[in-house]
Amino acid sequence: MKRLGGMFWAFLFLAVPILGVATFAVAPSINVWLPKDISEHGSQIDSLFYFILVLTGVVFVATELVLFWSMWKYDAAARGDEKATYIHGSHTLEVVWTIIPAVVLLFLAIYQMNTWANVKMRRPDMPPTVEVVGRQFEWRLRYPGRDGLLGTPDDIHIVNDLCLPVDEDVLVQLKSMDVLHSFFLPNLRIKQDAVPGMKIPVWFKGTETGSTDIVCAELCGWGHYKMKGRVTFLTRPEFDAWLARMEAKQEATHEEVASR
Amino acid sequence: MSTVTAPVTTDHGHAPAVNPHPVLTFLSTYVFSKDHKVIGLQFLFSTLVWFLIGGLLALAVRWQVAWPWSDVPVLGKLFAQEGGQMSPEFYTMLFTMHATVMVFLVIIPILAGAFGNFLIPLMIGADDMAFPTLNMLSYWFMWPAFITFGASFFVEGGAAAGGWTSYPTLSTNVNASPGSGMGQTLWLLGLTFVGVSSMLGSVNYMTTIILMRAPGMTMFRLPMTIWAMFITAILQAFALPVLTAVGFMQLADRLFATGFFSPEGNIINNAVAGPGGGQPLLWQHLFWFYSHPAVYIMILPAMGMVSDILTCFARKPLFGYRPMVYSIAGIAGLGFIVWGHHMFMSGMNPALGITFMVSTMMIALPSAVKTFNWLGTVWGGKIEFTASMLFALSFVSMFIIGGLSGIFMAATPVDIFIHDTYFIVAHFHYVLFASTAMGVWAAIYFWFPKMFGRTMNEFWGKTHFFLTFIFLNGTFFTMHILGAVGFPRRLADAYHYETFHHLQPMNAFMTWCAIGMVGSQIIFAVNFFWSMFYGPVAGRNPWNANGLEWTAPSPPGHGNFDYQPVVYRGPYEYSPPGMDTDHLMQTDPPNPASDAAAKETHSQQRAKEVHRPKAPGGR
Repeated sequence: MKRLGGMFWAFLFLAVPILGVATFAVAPSINVWLPKDISEHGSQIDSLFYFILVLTGVVFVATELVLFWSMWKYDAAARGDEKATYIHGSHTLEVVWTIIPAVVLLFLAIYQMNTWANVKMRRPDMPPTVEVVGRQFEWRLRYPGRDGLLGTPDDIHIVNDLCLPVDEDVLVQLKSMDVLHSFFLPNLRIKQDAVPGMKIPVWFKGTETGSTDIVCAELCGWGHYKMKGRVTFLTRPEFDAWLARMEAKQEATHEEVASR
Repeated sequence: MSTVTAPVTTDHGHAPAVNPHPVLTFLSTYVFSKDHKVIGLQFLFSTLVWFLIGGLLALAVRWQVAWPWSDVPVLGKLFAQEGGQMSPEFYTMLFTMHATVMVFLVIIPILAGAFGNFLIPLMIGADDMAFPTLNMLSYWFMWPAFITFGASFFVEGGAAAGGWTSYPTLSTNVNASPGSGMGQTLWLLGLTFVGVSSMLGSVNYMTTIILMRAPGMTMFRLPMTIWAMFITAILQAFALPVLTAVGFMQLADRLFATGFFSPEGNIINNAVAGPGGGQPLLWQHLFWFYSHPAVYIMILPAMGMVSDILTCFARKPLFGYRPMVYSIAGIAGLGFIVWGHHMFMSGMNPALGITFMVSTMMIALPSAVKTFNWLGTVWGGKIEFTASMLFALSFVSMFIIGGLSGIFMAATPVDIFIHDTYFIVAHFHYVLFASTAMGVWAAIYFWFPKMFGRTMNEFWGKTHFFLTFIFLNGTFFTMHILGAVGFPRRLADAYHYETFHHLQPMNAFMTWCAIGMVGSQIIFAVNFFWSMFYGPVAGRNPWNANGLEWTAPSPPGHGNFDYQPVVYRGPYEYSPPGMDTDHLMQTDPPNPASDAAAKETHSQQRAKEVHRPKAPGGR
C-alpha cells in the first residue's frame, strides 16, 4: 500500500515531461504557435527558436526522467532495510556536467550573434523610408514627400495605417513623443522599443503583400491595449500610387483649410 | 546563554537558575519582540496575508484576460465602476500591484525575513541574531511599506499603474496617466521602506553568520540554507543602495521636476513634460542593476532550503556540497553583470546586447550544476514522500522548466520575438511561483514543527501539493505556447488583434486553473491554523534530520538551546555506513566505530578516482 503512494507521486512527476512535450507538439495544430512569417530575416529567428527548443527539450526530458526514475526506484517503501547510498559527490561528474553545459551555452551564445547583428546592427545604408512616432495611444507615421527628405513641409502624415513596399529593404526611424512604446510586428519578427529622446533605426524586408498587425508591446498607459496599427505591404507601383493618393488627400485638406 | 553548559534545563530550553530572564511583557514578547523566532513568525504571518492579497489581485488580472470587459464577481462590487466591469486603468493597476506585492511584500520578506530570521541562529547554533534591536526594526520598517502600498489602493486615481518596473516617462509624469498622482508616489515610498528593512536584515545576517557560529561550525559545515542566506544578504547589501538612490531620483522627478529620466522636448498628453536633460534608459539600467540580483535574492534561499529538505527525506548526503556552495557564489557574482538582458529591446546599444547575452548564457551554468547535484542527491536515496519532500521535488522539476525557458530569452534574436510576451510571463512564474513558492511550502511543512511544536497534517498537505501542482502547470505551462504566438503581456484586451483573436478559449482555461490554484490554498490555510493548535505534538526532531535546529526544543524557548551546541561534522551525514542509525546529527559526538567505517568508504571512493588526491564533497 505504501509502495502505491510512491508510484503515484513518481507518475505525477512523469506526467510533467509527457504533458510538456505533448503541449508543444499539439500547439501548432491548434494554431497556438509562431504566427506566419512574412519577413526576410524571420526564418533565421524562427530556426534559432526551434534549435533552442530541441536542445532545451532534450535536456528537459532527460532531467525530468532522471527525477522520475529516482522517485520510482529509490522509494523508501521499495527499499526495505537497505540504506541509502553513502556518497558525498563525484569530482568526475562535477567536471563533466560543468564543462559540457559550459561549452554548449557558449556555443549557443556565439551561434546567435550573426542573426542579432543582421537584425539590429547591420543597418542598411539608405534614408529612412518612414518615420514612426509612438504617441499615447496611436502610431503617427510620416513619409518623406517628393524631396525624399524627412522633416520638410512636403512630408506626408498618416496615423496607424503603415504601408510599405514589398520585397524591398525598409528603414524605419522610430521615435516616441511621450512615454515608452514598443513597435512590435509579430509577423515580421520585429520588436523595438520607442524611447522618448532617441531616434532608433529599425529595418526589415517584407516578402508578401497583405496586411498584418502592429502591436504596442511596452506598457504605455491605460490605453496600451488599444494602441493598434496595421502594416500593409504593397507592390512598388501600388505603393507609389498609394503614397500619391495620400499626398493628394493631404493637399486637398490643406487647400480646403487655407481657402476658408 | 551561549556560555551555559549545564545540561539541566526546563522544557523550553531555559536555564533559569543560571541565567534568569528579565520579565517580558506581552508587548515585548509578541509585538516588539527582539527574539529572532518571533520576528521570523511575524514576517511569516504578514507575508502570508500579503500572499493572499497578491493572489486575489492575480485572479482579478486573469479574469480580465480571459473574459475582457465582463462583470467581475465580488471585486466588481468592491470597486464598483462602470457597473461592475473593469476599466483598463484599473486592470493596469491590478497587474502592477500584483507584481509589486508578490515581489516586495511576499517573496523577498518571506525568504529572508521569515525563514532567514527563524533559521539562521538555530542552524548555526547561536542564541539569537547579532543585533536583536536592528532585527526588530527590520520587521517594523515593513509596516510603513504595508501601509503605503495598502493605502495607495484608496487614494484618488488608485494605486501605481506603471508596471512593477515603473519605467519612466510613464511613471515620472503625472500627465501620462490621467488621474494618477499619489499612487505612484506612495509606491516609491513603500519601495524605500522595503529597502530599509532588507538592508537592516542583511547586515544582521552577515554579521551573525560570520561571528556567531557554534564551536566546530566551520563555514564548510554550514547547511546550504545558511550559505544561501549568507550570499543573499551580500547581494542585498551591494545592490540595494542603487535601488534606493534611483527610487529617490524618480521621486524627485515626480515631485520637483528634476528631469533625471525625461529627455528634452517630450510632449505628454499635449503638455510639455518637464525641463528635459534626462534619459529614460538610465532608470532601466539602475533599476535592473538592483532588480536582477533581486531575482536571485528571490530564489537562492529557496534553493538552500530545498537542498536541506531533499537530503533529509532522501536520507542521503548532499551530492557535491562544495560545488553547490560555489555555484551559489557563481550565480551571485554573475548576477551583477547580466542586468542588461532585460533591455535587449530597449534601445540600448545592440553591441552591449551581445555582451549581456554571453554573461546571461553563462549564468545558466551554475543553475545547471545545482540541478544536476539535486538529481545526484535523490539518486540512490531512500525517499520518504512527505508533503514537504513532494514540494521540494517539485521545486527541482519546476526549476528545470523555469531555467530552460530562460535560455530562449537570453538568446537575443529569439528575444526579439518573445520579449514582453506571455513567454516571459511563463518563465518568471516558473521560477518565482513554481520554484520559489513551492520551495517555501516545502520549508513551511518542514520547519512547522520547530516553529509551533506540532506537525501539519500529512494527508491534507499532500492534497494541497497535488492540487497546487496540477493547477499551476495548467495555468503557467500553457503560457509558453501563448508566448510563441507573440501574445503580449499587460494588455487589457488583446483579442481585437487579428494575430491573437483566437486565443480567448485558452486564456479562459488558464483562468479556471488559476482559480483552482488559489482555491487549493484554502486547504493549506486550514491545515496551517488547525495544526498550530491541534496537530500532533512533534518531538525535537520529527524528521530525524541532522541540523542543529533539531537539537533544540520544539518550539525553542528564548535563547534557543539547552546548552551551547558543539559541532563535529557537516549537516548531511545521512545513512552513514556501519551504524544502526541512518543519520548522524551535527552535534553527535564522534564515534570511533562509525568514523572508521566512514573513512573506509571514503578511501574506497578515493581509490576509484585516482586522478584526484582528495575526496570530493565536504564532510
